[in-house]
Amino acid sequence: MSSRGDVRTYSGSRAITMLCLFVLYAPLIIVTIYSFNASRSITVWEGLSLQWYADVFWGPESGKFKQAAINSFTIALIAATMSTAIATSAATAIVRGGRFRLRMASLGLISLPLMVPEIVTAVATLIFFNSIGFTRGYLTILAAHIAFCIPFAYLPIQARMQGIEDTFEQAAQDLYATKAQAFRRVLLPMMMPGIIAGFLLAFIVSLDDFIITNFVKGAGVETLPTAIFGSVKQGIKPNIMAISTMLLVVSIAMVTISYIVGKKDNST
Amino acid sequence: MAGAAATGGSARSNTYASARNWLLLPSWAVLCIFVLAPVAMMLVYSFLTKEFRGGVIWEFTLAAYDQFFFDRGLFGDEPARIDWTYILIFWRSIWQAGLATLLALLIGFPTAYFIATRPARTRTVWVFLITIPYWVNLLIRTVSMKFLLRDQGPLNDFLLATGLIDDPIRIINTNAAVQIGLFYSYLPFMVLPIYASVERYNFALSEAAADLYASKWTTLRRIVIPSVRPGIIAGCILVFVPSLGAFLAPDLLGGAKNFMIGSLIEEQFKGNAGNWPFGAAASMILLTLVLVILMFLARQQARADREATP
Repeated sequence: MSSRGDVRTYSGSRAITMLCLFVLYAPLIIVTIYSFNASRSITVWEGLSLQWYADVFWGPESGKFKQAAINSFTIALIAATMSTAIATSAATAIVRGGRFRLRMASLGLISLPLMVPEIVTAVATLIFFNSIGFTRGYLTILAAHIAFCIPFAYLPIQARMQGIEDTFEQAAQDLYATKAQAFRRVLLPMMMPGIIAGFLLAFIVSLDDFIITNFVKGAGVETLPTAIFGSVKQGIKPNIMAISTMLLVVSIAMVTISYIVGKKDNST
Repeated sequence: MAGAAATGGSARSNTYASARNWLLLPSWAVLCIFVLAPVAMMLVYSFLTKEFRGGVIWEFTLAAYDQFFFDRGLFGDEPARIDWTYILIFWRSIWQAGLATLLALLIGFPTAYFIATRPARTRTVWVFLITIPYWVNLLIRTVSMKFLLRDQGPLNDFLLATGLIDDPIRIINTNAAVQIGLFYSYLPFMVLPIYASVERYNFALSEAAADLYASKWTTLRRIVIPSVRPGIIAGCILVFVPSLGAFLAPDLLGGAKNFMIGSLIEEQFKGNAGNWPFGAAASMILLTLVLVILMFLARQQARADREATP
């Protein structure tokens, strides 16, 4: 037994793993700490304070941030809902539709937003809306977000559905359920963990997107990332660190929920 | 990730075969209208004539591609010479993305290996810890990195306090800052596919190598690394491709001098240069480059699958 452990482990790999985690988390932790800084300057530490959080909610820029937050969260909610519905429907066809000619093409099309570099998607979408004469604004951001959220919603849903034997729907149909009933009453509830995980991932991806939003947003419409970017261009201010920390907490909370939900009763 | 979607599992079940066209319709409609059609439109725009202050005139021309590769003098009447300006920006992007990928591989491989050799129960927790930062807003992560690397930032403070340096080192607005930023942005993409490969690796092979008196390093070099090569290639591509077209890291960490493709493209649509056909052409060239790399990946994976299932 001991010799097997020796063959597998390499000295130093643990240290590098710790370094890797340190690199990944250190910048986030430092910004979180500094968001509670009492000082006006971002370089000096003057003790704990919540003043920058208060500044975000009631300070001179609070109106701008509030509007950006409303835009960000409503777009993320609608885009995640739509893309999850579209992805669920596509996954049902691809996993439960037998063999068909467009199967590989459908999979390729769905993973396309993952393969095309974001900046290229951004440019293409901007040109597209411009050429059909569509005024850029809230709706163009929403349409772009629905499209690029589809693969992120799709992957956990497909994975979940592949883990469910089709004997369940067949049993339901043997008991005179229609295909639609078998889907709604049997397959859908069993797929729920995958659907929730997909929805949450799509929600975060939409909430986080900067590059595509920056291209397709019209004048005057801001989301949180574009507002943060505009502000950071003039230097990092403490209130930006407070907003960043809050967004960070939202993202981490949603990923954690998605992870827990996705892992639960994987045995079925 | 692209690989996971591309396989789609086996096509064993057909309970909903009769409804599949209707079920596929929404995804085809949305993706064709908002992804495929825009890319086609971008291709068309790259052959149109530019109009000042953004927009295009509907006249066919190769001017955008010509401007990318050649220099014809100020009035366009000199014989064409190769113009290295934009080619060099692409080359620098490839170089920066390559260095970031190498750095990610050096840290990511040992990490992935370490995680894959943990007991099954703790493994998922390790993987989860590596995944979390990916889901945190990339803009926020890049801004955090900028904050950390500033001349008077925490990193310099720390180095000064320990006495390792006497004057703050200048990191921000250098090539190194961009490489660090790209490495930091996409490190999880390196770890996850390598981890997946190492997890499937049969450690009996390592034991056999040890029984035959191979040293640990020889085993690693001759047995482990060749076995997990598909994972390493996938990881490198997943880091390299987004790094190549990155906009945030070069823009926020590199400053104006350390231009990459992403900034060049953005400037054509946002900045003062305002040349839409040229931006479209540069995007097409970037897209072509990326698709060639991804096709290489797909071929590698297909070959690895064939070897795995004789």
